Amino acid sequence: MKDDNVLLALIAVFVPFSLVSIGGAPSVFAGFQHQAVDVHHWVTAREFVDMFAISRAAPGPGSLLATLIGWQVAGWSGAIVATLAFYVPSSLLCYGVAYVWRRHRGKRWHTALEQGLAPVGIGLVLAGIIALFRVSGGGVLSWLVAFGSAGLMTWRPKLHPLLIFAVGGAIFVGLHAMNWDHLV
Amino acid sequence: MADTSKPPSIVVIFGIFFRIGLFSFGGGLSGWVYREIVIRRKWLDEDEFMSGLAVSQVLPGANIINLSVYVGQKLRGAPGACATFLGLICAPFFAVIGIASIYSTLRELSFAEAAMDGIAAAAIGMILIVAGRGVQRAVPRLEALIALFVTFVAVGFLHYSLLLVVAIVAPLSVLAAWYRGAPREG
Repeated sequence: MKDDNVLLALIAVFVPFSLVSIGGAPSVFAGFQHQAVDVHHWVTAREFVDMFAISRAAPGPGSLLATLIGWQVAGWSGAIVATLAFYVPSSLLCYGVAYVWRRHRGKRWHTALEQGLAPVGIGLVLAGIIALFRVSGGGVLSWLVAFGSAGLMTWRPKLHPLLIFAVGGAIFVGLHAMNWDHLV
Repeated sequence: MADTSKPPSIVVIFGIFFRIGLFSFGGGLSGWVYREIVIRRKWLDEDEFMSGLAVSQVLPGANIINLSVYVGQKLRGAPGACATFLGLICAPFFAVIGIASIYSTLRELSFAEAAMDGIAAAAIGMILIVAGRGVQRAVPRLEALIALFVTFVAVGFLHYSLLLVVAIVAPLSVLAAWYRGAPREG
């Protein structure tokens, strides 16, 4: 009945977004907002902003906004349907590409593709780092912590990353507590 | 060449990606995958990993999900891709709903946001390691270094569309690698 209709609507909204989300989920967040707030009235504008913050604070792809919208609309079944609708289509496409990719391993064009694409991938990763700093509102201290953690992990590869993350969090909380936020 | 003599079991693959999903606060997931799969277990070599990084960013979908599917496919085909996909998504799925349920309480804590920012900055350090290694590998090949730099500046600073930049830079970079025809290192 109505529940089924809602689940179908979630699929109808998220499957197309999955296939056009080039550059990752942030590229379709504006579309999410339009569909969930303006078109379907699943969430209010305020709830949408909160969900965005939550999806960034949680571990994982940082794009679990779809999950939260589904959860809000139809509970557990909504969360599962929305998550799969958003992630499975793009994953199938990626699987297909990876499959073809592997079958041609060792051929000269494959090696050229791999060696040619690698620096492009790294360039995109670096650009992504810049974007991450921009949204996290990070100043000089963010950079210091980032380079400090990279240095530490290179110098002591056995050190568990979570320990280093905890130190990074503690530094920021400490400065926050002392009202030195302007340094951050 | 990566060691492909004995593919790891599905359960082991699932477990590794479950952990990556669980611990990946503040982003930095590709850094985790690099650490666990390339550095610690040597299941993929660096060229495989870094070209996979490019592919996963160009295709639609969350980059890290694509990268996981790519790695899973390499390791164990379709079951491997299912294991990495489900493993990665499982913990964050419950975490995000859990956080949503206690969000109003959480928002009262003023230091929570500062802590998240600090964790995020430290997590970026993990990606910096991948980036640093990639730059290091590109340095001996001038055309690779140029491709890397142009992509970085055009997307990161000039904000040109990612697709447009890749559509122009990637073919040129691949063509240059083809003409060089150097034996792969590795």
